[in-house]
Amino acid sequence: MSMQVVSVEAGTFERLHVADCYQCGKCSAGCPVVEQMDLLPNQLVHLVQMGRLNRALKCEAIWKCVSCMTCSTRCPKSVDCAGIMDALREMAAEQGKASKERLRTVLFQQAFLDNIHRNGRLREVELIGAFKARTFFKDGNIALLMNGAMLAPALLKRKKFRLIGERVKDRGVVARIFEKCNRLRNHSPLPLGEGR
Amino acid sequence: MDFGYYPGCALHGSSNDYGQSVRACLEALGVGLRELDDWICCGATAAHSLNHTLAVALPARNLAIAERDGLPNILAPCPMCSMELLKAQSVMAASDDARRQMADIVELPIRGDIRVLNLIQVLQQIGLEAIKSKAVRPLTAFHPACYYGCLLTRPPEMLRFDDCEHPSSMEAILRELGAQPVDWNYKTECCGAGMTMADEDIVLELSHKIVSNAREHRANCVVVACPMCHVNLDMKQPDIERCYGCRHNLTVYYLSDLVGLALGLDETSLGIDRHFVVK
Repeated sequence: MSMQVVSVEAGTFERLHVADCYQCGKCSAGCPVVEQMDLLPNQLVHLVQMGRLNRALKCEAIWKCVSCMTCSTRCPKSVDCAGIMDALREMAAEQGKASKERLRTVLFQQAFLDNIHRNGRLREVELIGAFKARTFFKDGNIALLMNGAMLAPALLKRKKFRLIGERVKDRGVVARIFEKCNRLRNHSPLPLGEGR
Repeated sequence: MDFGYYPGCALHGSSNDYGQSVRACLEALGVGLRELDDWICCGATAAHSLNHTLAVALPARNLAIAERDGLPNILAPCPMCSMELLKAQSVMAASDDARRQMADIVELPIRGDIRVLNLIQVLQQIGLEAIKSKAVRPLTAFHPACYYGCLLTRPPEMLRFDDCEHPSSMEAILRELGAQPVDWNYKTECCGAGMTMADEDIVLELSHKIVSNAREHRANCVVVACPMCHVNLDMKQPDIERCYGCRHNLTVYYLSDLVGLALGLDETSLGIDRHFVVK
């Protein structure tokens, strides 16, 4: 039933006080996107308590979470529910357990990290281009490809659009930071920030 | 009074109106900003979702730069940046091993004693009396709904700023300048933040609820201190109106916009004319 933890370090769930949850449901009551979740935040915490990570990693809910941290803030037992969501997302992304819809969130985040790996700072236009291209090739989502393009003239008019963004001077150190952090993760089937 | 300055990617990118507003407002208050030399991205949601080591290392590099350059107090006007910086700081404060490991990864020594401040905290440091003494134009026509969103106050044990359920620090500043902030319900609800690209429907729904509640409580504008909140409430407002078949037409200001206006600056020098919803 339970799944081997790969990169999320041993003790992560203990550190997030998973065992302390007594199922009061306050996390779910305050969650702004709970209506769109297939499993409630408190149910997810329960699955983790029981070691049923397989089920938790397959749900849509972890990808609906907007990381607003209302759940962790309000928990009377200081269970870090938002941190649990983070850990589950990291594991699910790494193990390739993501549907098309979910993959879109991962693809965006990976495109974001790749961008920083290359430039040290976010180049928005490059990021949007890379993300749109990736999602287009994954699921042929033309609507998504287009709605960003429609926004460009409006941003341009407001001088909020820079075709070529910034780069840091010392990109070498950025690349080395990524390399060292990726090495610390042991191995990862979905390479994060494949580089320059 | 001078501060180190960590603008973050958004303020150098499509939220450059916020960067302009912060600089203009603080300059009018006689505050100097020294930008961190060759700062790098904090990693934002992507790093903390996908690689928790990187999520500490990227902000740690910036903290180390601030230490190296002798900037003990740094302003990070983006709450995402400021939260990531504080989170890295607290990871390193909790463990000497983590601090040493990070110093090795980012290739700079780290003591871990930089103070990271959001825009509201910098205005508080300058002092309400000092700000008021420089104000030339009372904000009496403004009935703002002060919107804090998520990351200005959450997680509270890390940010130690204001009340996480009922914050009132923006109201205190604006009231001092003559504005009449409204009481409303969505101060600390989430706007959908960085989901804009990945799942726009969530953003539109959450932002629609926020703007609607502000209007129901007779606000004539919303005030934010976050680039992402501004994108979702201002830039996305036409999309919200289209999606929900309604007309909001509610202007969304950065806190520095309203303070700047009170100080006598005009809309152009604050970048207000570059917002999407313009009255």
